[in-house]
Amino acid sequence: MNISSHRRTRDRVVTVLTYAAMVFVLLLPFALFVGLAVKSDLLFREHSLGDLLFSSVWRPSSGEFGFKPFIVGSVYVTLLAMLISCPICLLSAIHITQYAPTRVAKVVTTAIDILAGIPSVVYGVWGMVGVVPFVGKIAGWCGIQSNGYSILAGGIVLSIMVVPFILNILMEIYRTIPRELTEVSLSLGATRWETIRDVLNRKALPGILAAFGFGFARAFGETMAVLMVVGNVVKIPEGLFDPGYPLPALIANSFGELGSIPEIESALMFAALILLVVVLIFNATLRWLIIKAERY
Amino acid sequence: MESNMNQGKEGRNIERPFAEGESIIRVDGLNLHAGKTHILKNINVEIPKNKLTVILGPSGCGKTTLLKCMNRLTDLTPDIKVSGNIYIGEQPVFGSKTDIVALRRKMGLLSQRPFPLPMNIYNNIAYGLKLRGKYTRAELNELVEYYLRQVNLWDEVKDRLRSPAVRLSIGQQQRLCLARGLAVNPDIILADEPTSALDPVSSEAIEKQFAALSKDYTLVMVTHVLRQARRIADYVIFMYLGEVIEMRPAQEFFDDPREEQTKKYLAGAFN
Repeated sequence: MNISSHRRTRDRVVTVLTYAAMVFVLLLPFALFVGLAVKSDLLFREHSLGDLLFSSVWRPSSGEFGFKPFIVGSVYVTLLAMLISCPICLLSAIHITQYAPTRVAKVVTTAIDILAGIPSVVYGVWGMVGVVPFVGKIAGWCGIQSNGYSILAGGIVLSIMVVPFILNILMEIYRTIPRELTEVSLSLGATRWETIRDVLNRKALPGILAAFGFGFARAFGETMAVLMVVGNVVKIPEGLFDPGYPLPALIANSFGELGSIPEIESALMFAALILLVVVLIFNATLRWLIIKAERY
Repeated sequence: MESNMNQGKEGRNIERPFAEGESIIRVDGLNLHAGKTHILKNINVEIPKNKLTVILGPSGCGKTTLLKCMNRLTDLTPDIKVSGNIYIGEQPVFGSKTDIVALRRKMGLLSQRPFPLPMNIYNNIAYGLKLRGKYTRAELNELVEYYLRQVNLWDEVKDRLRSPAVRLSIGQQQRLCLARGLAVNPDIILADEPTSALDPVSSEAIEKQFAALSKDYTLVMVTHVLRQARRIADYVIFMYLGEVIEMRPAQEFFDDPREEQTKKYLAGAFN
């Protein structure tokens, strides 16, 4: 068969285009990283990396930039959110895909899609009027002084926000496991739960890890809703009812008023860099775990 | 239901071309609806102990569904309605008092494609053993070897028992699945076109296994490969559009089909 030169050219052009698009996507994280690193350079002229990460003193006006309270705040809120949402997502994904009748599963899936589409500021407002007073009351019952704006409130609101994302992935994972695997395990005399625990979860493990990792990355960077309920006090939180100040909230709150001062701008760029690096490291670790889990 | 062993609910004769005491599975007036589709229509048939019975018929005739009713894997499909019953020995399969886990343990299952459990080779066999009872490590080792030898797989895998089962070739995987099923010590082996995904050499290995196993086990095998049925079946159940058309000893079935539909099917498939 003779291919006309016109078709051959078109073939080549498409190949080059797809290649260029791929390279562009690959370069994005590097571009982000380099941009942020260059902008934070000013900060490094006067401070060491150790000081920046481990000092708790945050006094931008006198040139002291300790990011520890923000890092700790971010980690606490995110971990709390994951602790709440991961078990809920895992159990409900199992129920929806393994036990629920088709009709119920469809309704739930629709509800989750709606949840995923709600803007984050709406979760924030709902958190302020619903979750914050509730957390304040619980603190009262426990004999702790708190107005409710706290790590716990942030964790709760954040956990609800990441549920649709994690759950959607998990349901997809469980749905793609061939039904025959369940049949095999049942026919060997396993109960439904033993089958889920020993066979399906084992098979789903790489996907479960990926879903949790995706949830973590989203939660770690979530800004608006958390900022509205977490209290924003620069202090290392000592308990669930203490207020905190996560990194994204710091950037969002400070950029408008203080961003014009070069050193503070540089500090905020560094905060963004920390966010980026944490998410990158977390994803890389997870990728490694997923590859290990994918052997079976 | 116990009133007359030879009469089904609508007065139709139960298909049982062998002596009464030899049956192990009795399908009694079984009907199955999935949504609005009537998939199995008043099935009355008995399956003899320690023989190889083949369920034969064109695709979509309900063969696999009938097979999956026998260990109630139909539970996994929502919106299914079943009436009538199947008895394994004296135990009804459908019924709220049935201990379905214990009943399923009596029946090994071999599916169309091999589905190794997401574990290593060793644990694929040990999984069922551990569900069956408590064993020491030494006992487990011994049993795993025993069942792998039963399917002639031991020599091929003994040096890599800890590697994932999915790394085996598809023919080896299917033999592993057979060994896994045998390891729970079932009375019955249900096989759903167990060679359809295999190459000719692996198919032959499985067929030979089946022929040998039918001395000690009751085998029920779904297939649409006539040649295969002819080679290994003791009895043939012929199904068409959700009904059992006839059940006969294999030789008679192929040499002297009784029903019109059977004749047509055999002729069509051979031409």
